[in-house]
Amino acid sequence: MLPTDTEAVLQVRGLTKAFGSNTVLRGIDLVVPRGKVVALIGPSGSGKTTILRSLNGLEMPDAGKVTVGARDASTEQALTVDFGDAAASKKARAAEVAALRDRSAMVFQHYNLFPHKTVLQNVIEGPVQVQKRPRSEVVAEAEKLLARVGLADKRDAYPFELSGGQQQRVGIVRALALKPQLLLFDEPTSALDPELVDDVLAVIKELADEGWTMVIVTHELAFARQTADEVVFMDGGVVVERGPASQVLRNPKEERTQAFVRRLLHEI
Amino acid sequence: MDFNLFWSSLGPMLLGAIKGTIPLSLASFVLGLLIALIIAVMRISSNKLASGVGRAYVSIIRGTPLLVQLFVIFYGLPAIGVKLDPWPSAIIAFSLNVGGYAAEIIRAAILSVPRGQWEAGHMIGMSRNQTLLRIILPQAARVSVPPLSNTFISLVKDTSLASLILVTELFRVAQQVAAFSREFMLLYLEAALIYWVICLVLSTAQTRVEKRLDRYVAH
Repeated sequence: MLPTDTEAVLQVRGLTKAFGSNTVLRGIDLVVPRGKVVALIGPSGSGKTTILRSLNGLEMPDAGKVTVGARDASTEQALTVDFGDAAASKKARAAEVAALRDRSAMVFQHYNLFPHKTVLQNVIEGPVQVQKRPRSEVVAEAEKLLARVGLADKRDAYPFELSGGQQQRVGIVRALALKPQLLLFDEPTSALDPELVDDVLAVIKELADEGWTMVIVTHELAFARQTADEVVFMDGGVVVERGPASQVLRNPKEERTQAFVRRLLHEI
Repeated sequence: MDFNLFWSSLGPMLLGAIKGTIPLSLASFVLGLLIALIIAVMRISSNKLASGVGRAYVSIIRGTPLLVQLFVIFYGLPAIGVKLDPWPSAIIAFSLNVGGYAAEIIRAAILSVPRGQWEAGHMIGMSRNQTLLRIILPQAARVSVPPLSNTFISLVKDTSLASLILVTELFRVAQQVAAFSREFMLLYLEAALIYWVICLVLSTAQTRVEKRLDRYVAH
């Protein structure tokens, strides 16, 4: 499962998106090589979450190209969706986006676990119902993943019986069980009580070390510094600065980045 | 009061409930829920025609008296060559009626499920219909049990209107015995009592269903 090559798993070119008269993305480029972690940081409303949601087909960008690489280059091809291509019918576009979505999995800020399903049912729903994989195999994998994040004994619990941190770890396991190319984290710890944040971040850090390709929207700068290979600072729908985590977070070149980093560090 | 008449009429009236009121209510409710589900999904559809038809249906059903609907189907339709027996007429009228009211309940319940649930369903790769069936409706069901129970209880009582299109149910039996014995007070109170008992049973059932559906919610 560990990636060995360095080809790009994700390529985004010129992504734009407006909600009515409010333009939230103004031509975003992003490349994430296999096994690398990119952290998106920036003030609220800068467009970070919209990028992530566009990659998972939860928002429809107005223009731009998104390419997600193949799991196995021998049997699959990289998949590109050109959102600016107006010729595509609504139906064809929906099918393209669904194919794109199949290659990534998302962890939501508010977990969005299915409240009427147990922990195990939450995790196996996608692999069994959508991917049509054999149930026994999926359950065995799910149990292993749950054990990894310390939730083996919560298998038959309902989400309301879990703490926020536990729910988010189930959210992560649900994403992993889909065997995606790309993991997307949308402010995974923003809704958590402070004392629960570290457990969740530790799990994400472990996945990064294991070689998963990830895009993480986060406000946890210390975590970004430890985990991310590249940090992308966004403001007003554009990328203001990008580079190695140590450089962008310790010695930012752009004034806007400096102000943002300073403000967040002062808060802590 | 003539208690002999009370006891001797109880058997035929209960039979009227068992052979008339109860099966009529059950059949109409099940069919009505099916209609309601279809109409509710049409109403939340982005397709303008579908949502328009759904809205018109609800408006007509809620805007006209149930008795009129019943009479149009039983006494009116023969004029255009559709002649239906009392039972099918009653079931059609009551299920169309329940469909209109329950559609609004189901629609509101679907809309009450947080948007994040749709997104999580899509995230794991489900289509809109799959998400609706497996993720949204089970959660909407919990919210809609109390109002749907209300609809069902109203329906049980409304089936007494079927007596006016010659369906032999509880109230028609009461009317027949009363016409014969002239003991109106006794017999109509007796009928009322039986309706009340049926509704008490339904209320208890409602509580049980709610408890069962509440097992995954914090208390």
